[in-house]
Amino acid sequence: MHPIVNDIYTALPEIFVLGMAMAILLIDLFLTERTRFLTYALSQFTLLGAAMITVATHTPGVGYAFSGMFVDDPLADVLKLMSYLATSVVLVYSRSYLAERGMFRGEFFVLTLFALLGMMVMISGRNLLTLYMGLELLSLCLYSLVALDRDNPRATEAAMKYFVLGALASGMLLYGMSMLYGITGNLDINQIGSALVKGAPDRAVLILGLVFVVAGLAFKLGAVPFQMWVPDVYHGAPTAMTLLVGSAPKFAAFALVMRLLVQALQGVVHDWQGMLILMAVLSIALGNIIAIAQTNLKRMLAYSTISHIGFLLFGIMSGTLNGFIASMFYVSVYVLMTLGGFGMILLLSRRGFEAENLDDFKGLAARHPWYAFLMLLLMFSMAGVPPTIGFYAKFAVLQAALQVGLVKLVVFAVLMAVVGAFYYLRVVKLMYFDEPQHDAPVRAQPDMTMVLTVNGLAVLLLGLMPQRLMELCAYAILHSIQ
Amino acid sequence: MMANFQDYVFYAFAAILLGAGLRVITARNPVHAALYLVLAFFTAAGIWLLLEAEFLAIALVLVYVGAVMVLFLFVVMMLDINLDKLREGFWEALPVALPVAVLMALEMALVLGSRHFGPERVATPKPHPADYSNTAELGRQLYTDYVYPFELAAVILLVAIVAAIALTLRRRKDTKYIDPAQQVKVKRSDRLKIVHMPAEKPTPPTAEGDRT
Repeated sequence: MHPIVNDIYTALPEIFVLGMAMAILLIDLFLTERTRFLTYALSQFTLLGAAMITVATHTPGVGYAFSGMFVDDPLADVLKLMSYLATSVVLVYSRSYLAERGMFRGEFFVLTLFALLGMMVMISGRNLLTLYMGLELLSLCLYSLVALDRDNPRATEAAMKYFVLGALASGMLLYGMSMLYGITGNLDINQIGSALVKGAPDRAVLILGLVFVVAGLAFKLGAVPFQMWVPDVYHGAPTAMTLLVGSAPKFAAFALVMRLLVQALQGVVHDWQGMLILMAVLSIALGNIIAIAQTNLKRMLAYSTISHIGFLLFGIMSGTLNGFIASMFYVSVYVLMTLGGFGMILLLSRRGFEAENLDDFKGLAARHPWYAFLMLLLMFSMAGVPPTIGFYAKFAVLQAALQVGLVKLVVFAVLMAVVGAFYYLRVVKLMYFDEPQHDAPVRAQPDMTMVLTVNGLAVLLLGLMPQRLMELCAYAILHSIQ
Repeated sequence: MMANFQDYVFYAFAAILLGAGLRVITARNPVHAALYLVLAFFTAAGIWLLLEAEFLAIALVLVYVGAVMVLFLFVVMMLDINLDKLREGFWEALPVALPVAVLMALEMALVLGSRHFGPERVATPKPHPADYSNTAELGRQLYTDYVYPFELAAVILLVAIVAAIALTLRRRKDTKYIDPAQQVKVKRSDRLKIVHMPAEKPTPPTAEGDRT
């Protein structure tokens, strides 16, 4: 095959998403408020098409394109498919919320698709340059989406904080990357990896670069001590944007960690292991303890995210293939639960009212027993109560940490998970044992109710048979990471 | 090793660059700060010339100094920036910020010194022959090996345009905006209406009318 044909064939999903995003940008100009549904339908079609292309061009081997800057391995394909699914669910959940608040505009869909493109570039990046470009593409879209409700001072403030801290994190990441480039003379992930395995050319510079890279990654992931933007952004952003920020980009962040720490910096695994252990322990402790004091559900879920990121790092820091599989399993489960949790807030919100306080969930079981049951499943799963999927996710990462002998840390994480169970179960208590404060009916589109039901039940059903998802993660990791 | 002329030029440029950079963040007047930034760009372009990156050096002057900084100066002059408010909290934050900054500077000095990046560690690149075209080489690289990040940069710029318009465009209802297309399409019949009405006889002036 001619190199250009190979390049286009390998990157076909990205090219399709880019083309559709630009087409939607143009088509949307000719639509009115009443025909805007077409933009939504085209966006969903884009996601479906990209998924079909990704499946059709999938091979268990590793393919390269664009002079080795782009990699198409099973890890990339699986993470991309998960990102399409998460983005599609985000669009379904946020449709009526956006329409009620005057944000059902073409820009939302275009920026969301560009954000997805950024995630895909990150997932398939095999060069420090492309990884960084993908990260910037994703981040810029997310900053502007958070600020899209521009007359809302809280959203604008959140966007500003997100932007400034995000730019700082990008700067740190770039600085670290420049150190790596300085000592290896290469931007290519695999070549940096092999240069470091052969023997570190200069340890002092390498470690300085590593520290900056890990700090930049921790910022993007939202791990302690770089977590301060997470609660403010999750709380301040319109809930539909919080849903987007909190869900699909986590797949891209996971891919970024895998590419940078595991594929490029495998040679210094013992150095980053120590840093990750510290961040994981602090994240789990701080996230779970501060979440108890929250009365706002969005803020509570933000702190819960910090603790989940801590668990995610537990798998990665073990440095074994088992650990990476467990981490990938964890991140997919986390996104599933986050989609459900914020989807529930979107479901109960209506024009002029945000169901974001814990009190808004009081007595939900009396008003809408089915929704309360779904929320109960989601909360049980986040807390890690068997037989929900959240239990298996925690179990898998802690088992991976046990295999490398981190017994004390595992005991600590389990204790913190018990602390965390308090605030998840408090939501259940509010729904089932408290009196409702108002009896406004919940009006939801049938598609949203259906997807939310599937989402809630998936948490239970996958928990009963986690084998398939685990096999998928194992397939992706084992065929991509040597 | 004997220092040659190029080394002196480099140190001169480097000293000016550092001084200008420092003044950008310490100058009280934002217009002065912007002008110092222009100086910093100019000297950086000089250093790039020493590295035989002629195209990039000229692009830096043309794009940053010529376009971006002029725009920036306009913005700075139009905005009424209250510097005293910006400087509020500087002295309170200093006891924390200063040790951190000093520590970071020390660490960087330790790692980035000549012990790790000195000339004996990094080989001096061979100078190119006189007929070597930096611009052609850059263009070839950009459209072959680096075409993927190049396209990505284009997408990022597109996102910046979309986001900037989405965040700032407001259609005001009270403007007297005229659509040029409508204006060009106008016909005589839209503007001028000829009304036929019977001619009226002038009424003869009355005696009372005369008096008033």
